[in-house]
Amino acid sequence: MSSTILSAENLRAAGETYLERIGEADEYGAVDLVLGLLDGGVPAERLLLELIAPAQRRVGELWAANTWSVAREHGATAVSERAIAAIATRTRTEPTRGRLTVACTDGEYHALPTRLLAEVLRLRGWRVDFLGANVPGPHLITHLHQTGPDAVALGCALATRLPRAHATLTACQAVGVPVMAGGAGFGADGRFARLLGADAWAPTADAAADHLDRGLPGFPDPRDALGHLADEEYTHLTRRRGELLTRAMTALTAAYPPMTAYRDRQLDATAEDLGHIVDFLAAALYVDDVPVFTGFVGWTRGVLAARGVPAAAVQAGLRIFHDELRDFPRARHMLVQGIEAARAGTDLEI
Amino acid sequence: MTGLRPASDDVDRTSAAGLDHAPGHELLRAVVEAGGEGVVLCDRDDVVVMLNAAAARMAPDVLIGRPVASGEAAALFDRDHPEGESREAAYGKRRFQVRREAFDIAHHAWYLRDVTAEAARTDALLAERRRTRFLMEAGRRLSASLNLRRCARATVELAVPFLAEVAMVVLPPSGRRHVAWLRRAGQDQPIQEGTVPLADTSLVPGLAEALAGFPPVPSRWLDPGQVPGWVLPEGFGPAGHLLVTPLPGNGVPAGALVLARHEHGPAFDEESETLVRVFTSRAGAAISAAALYQEQSDTTAILSRHLLPPPLPALDGVELAGSLRAAQHAGLIGGDFYDVYLPDSEGSGGPLLALGDVCGKGARAAVLAGQVRHALRTLLLLEDRPDRLVPLLNRSLLASTAPNSYVTMALSTLAAGHDGHVLMNLAVAGHPSPLVLRADGTVEEAQARGSMLGALKSIVVAPVTLDLAPGEVCLFYSDGITEAVGGPTGREMYGTQRLKAALATCAGMPVAAVVERLEQISTEWLAGDVQDDRALLAVQARPAR
Repeated sequence: MSSTILSAENLRAAGETYLERIGEADEYGAVDLVLGLLDGGVPAERLLLELIAPAQRRVGELWAANTWSVAREHGATAVSERAIAAIATRTRTEPTRGRLTVACTDGEYHALPTRLLAEVLRLRGWRVDFLGANVPGPHLITHLHQTGPDAVALGCALATRLPRAHATLTACQAVGVPVMAGGAGFGADGRFARLLGADAWAPTADAAADHLDRGLPGFPDPRDALGHLADEEYTHLTRRRGELLTRAMTALTAAYPPMTAYRDRQLDATAEDLGHIVDFLAAALYVDDVPVFTGFVGWTRGVLAARGVPAAAVQAGLRIFHDELRDFPRARHMLVQGIEAARAGTDLEI
Repeated sequence: MTGLRPASDDVDRTSAAGLDHAPGHELLRAVVEAGGEGVVLCDRDDVVVMLNAAAARMAPDVLIGRPVASGEAAALFDRDHPEGESREAAYGKRRFQVRREAFDIAHHAWYLRDVTAEAARTDALLAERRRTRFLMEAGRRLSASLNLRRCARATVELAVPFLAEVAMVVLPPSGRRHVAWLRRAGQDQPIQEGTVPLADTSLVPGLAEALAGFPPVPSRWLDPGQVPGWVLPEGFGPAGHLLVTPLPGNGVPAGALVLARHEHGPAFDEESETLVRVFTSRAGAAISAAALYQEQSDTTAILSRHLLPPPLPALDGVELAGSLRAAQHAGLIGGDFYDVYLPDSEGSGGPLLALGDVCGKGARAAVLAGQVRHALRTLLLLEDRPDRLVPLLNRSLLASTAPNSYVTMALSTLAAGHDGHVLMNLAVAGHPSPLVLRADGTVEEAQARGSMLGALKSIVVAPVTLDLAPGEVCLFYSDGITEAVGGPTGREMYGTQRLKAALATCAGMPVAAVVERLEQISTEWLAGDVQDDRALLAVQARPAR
């Protein structure tokens, strides 16, 4: 392969081919492609961040627009995992710097961005322990005691995991290990990383690696509690989740007649969607941020529209929660904004 | 009072104006002398015109007829000193509070108060506060970690710059030959780490004794000139003062702390040596607790290595993926297990897969699960037909001395069929029947049935054969998946129907993605309320390319 492949243009073209191959779950094709580029002189870090990462973002969009099935999406991601592993095997480096732990938040399954970070850090000479998706807090802490890393890089892709990310972050700091936060869950500008007291935040894997090059504090300082949680809306909402959803399902059947014809699986899916509304509402209350909720409503409206569920159903769901949560002024305000977002949103176009 | 002015609060009661008996010069002089403050009166050229005895005693350089700011006393009398305000200044070995007052156009006076004793008391109080803050911070940081290196690191980070310019923790010798050290030299310096031959520690004055746990010797007995090069960082220059203190652990020495200060810096006085001893007792306790924890977790890791799910082998014609989530969070081990057995060189059969669930949770269950896996491995040397293997395993469990050795299990052999098909000979013992995902997306439950193991002498085993076309998947799972209570309402059991429906959505996925997706759905169903161990093991006939 010639060295012209190094140009961003050519890398983008290769990215199209890569996306096609992972879309067909063509593991060998995808691995051959990335190893070919690697042998042709494209640096491993660029392959990870400029080929695989954008392709995976595209996979998420294609799923959201219902262009790709969930099976195709998962298949593509599994193939990308293999491609990353192939790059890692080919570029094995001897660690020359300190030790880092890279993990996804408890309950977080979007492991690929975090995996990419782990590989970039490895390429930069760190000794990296990658703990994978859905790392329970106590498991992570045990690991920290046993290995004593210089820092933890904690990935959180979904805002709903922020409360658990906060617990994990605080626990890491309590055992004296500073935490760098990353991933879309912490906000595009990292505002939730700051709010929850992370020692550092980075928007991308290479920015995270650069930041770690500059070093983190040796020992994190204790943080203040989140003042807005004093109204206990978050606590009561999460405690009443089950009861609230049972009542919402009943009320929604009355408010949205097509539901009476739903089959078991459709009912399960509806309950799941309502569950997501409550979870995002809880997360928005936890970080006291309306856009967390309205952003989710806009997105979910698009995803459901692509699957033939009208915006009216989303609005009906939000209204039911608004009526149920009488003693929750903060949550009600967010729901009002959410209803507005469901009305104003536009359909996803892919 | 003359009665000319009405008596009121406005009346200047400090003035003698208007009185018949105004005090004379001698009397005023005596009043000035009697005050404890030094008073120096100057004219407009800052030349001293009068001073009282107190001022003469405090500032011997100040003489009548000479500029007030003469000799060392210049430090007290600052020309820009704002009128009416006080400031503190040092003069010789004493500290003074200095105030300046202007009287008429021509004169101004300096008032001096000796505050040396007060300042010393304040300094002592502030120093005490700094030490308290230091020890509180030390307590907070040293109690945080159970990791040896982090504790040693915290020790040197705390020690610099508060106790010395260079701090080195020398850890107790773990082997025979070398000792590890961590060093910090300056606040902005990264932590350095290294090892030295054990023999070299005796070259540092007091270190061999400290490592052996002898009480510390005062700094003045140690000759800093003898410090070998490896103790001090490059470019530090010769050490002026050295203090070597043992890190007393819980009964066993936890190493030693070596502190060095620059030649021109202050020596270690008795107070700082006492502080260092309090500090090292905290650091030593933290380091030895961490060492103990490390030793025990290393032992646990060795003992539980065989209880962890095994790495899945690469096999011809099939893809494997597994997932095991133990209910008890900190441990990775539990009563659910899976394993893949490959025939040895003399064996005739194909690989065997097993997924099982022993009674109970946590370490106790994991030990039994480990025994079952081992028994299976041994029995496989004699018998690899599932319908005969299962009764043998039952007999071995009945003979076990451990109480409640009940096990449910699904196991199957794998053999290559025609055109990339995989043939399975599957037996089930009191376990949920594996599910098969067909190429068209339908999901079937394998029709194998059999009794639980370890309870009854005679058991029933009814194996079945399965034929997987390329891409088709057979999923083994434990009841921790299907009996998980949760869902949107938090009270619903997940159930086999939902598992089948979820598996049906996985048609066409690589097997690793199938297992990951099912595990994710199950974890989301539980919403953080983990009740039981959960195991998944899937085998896929390799998809045609």
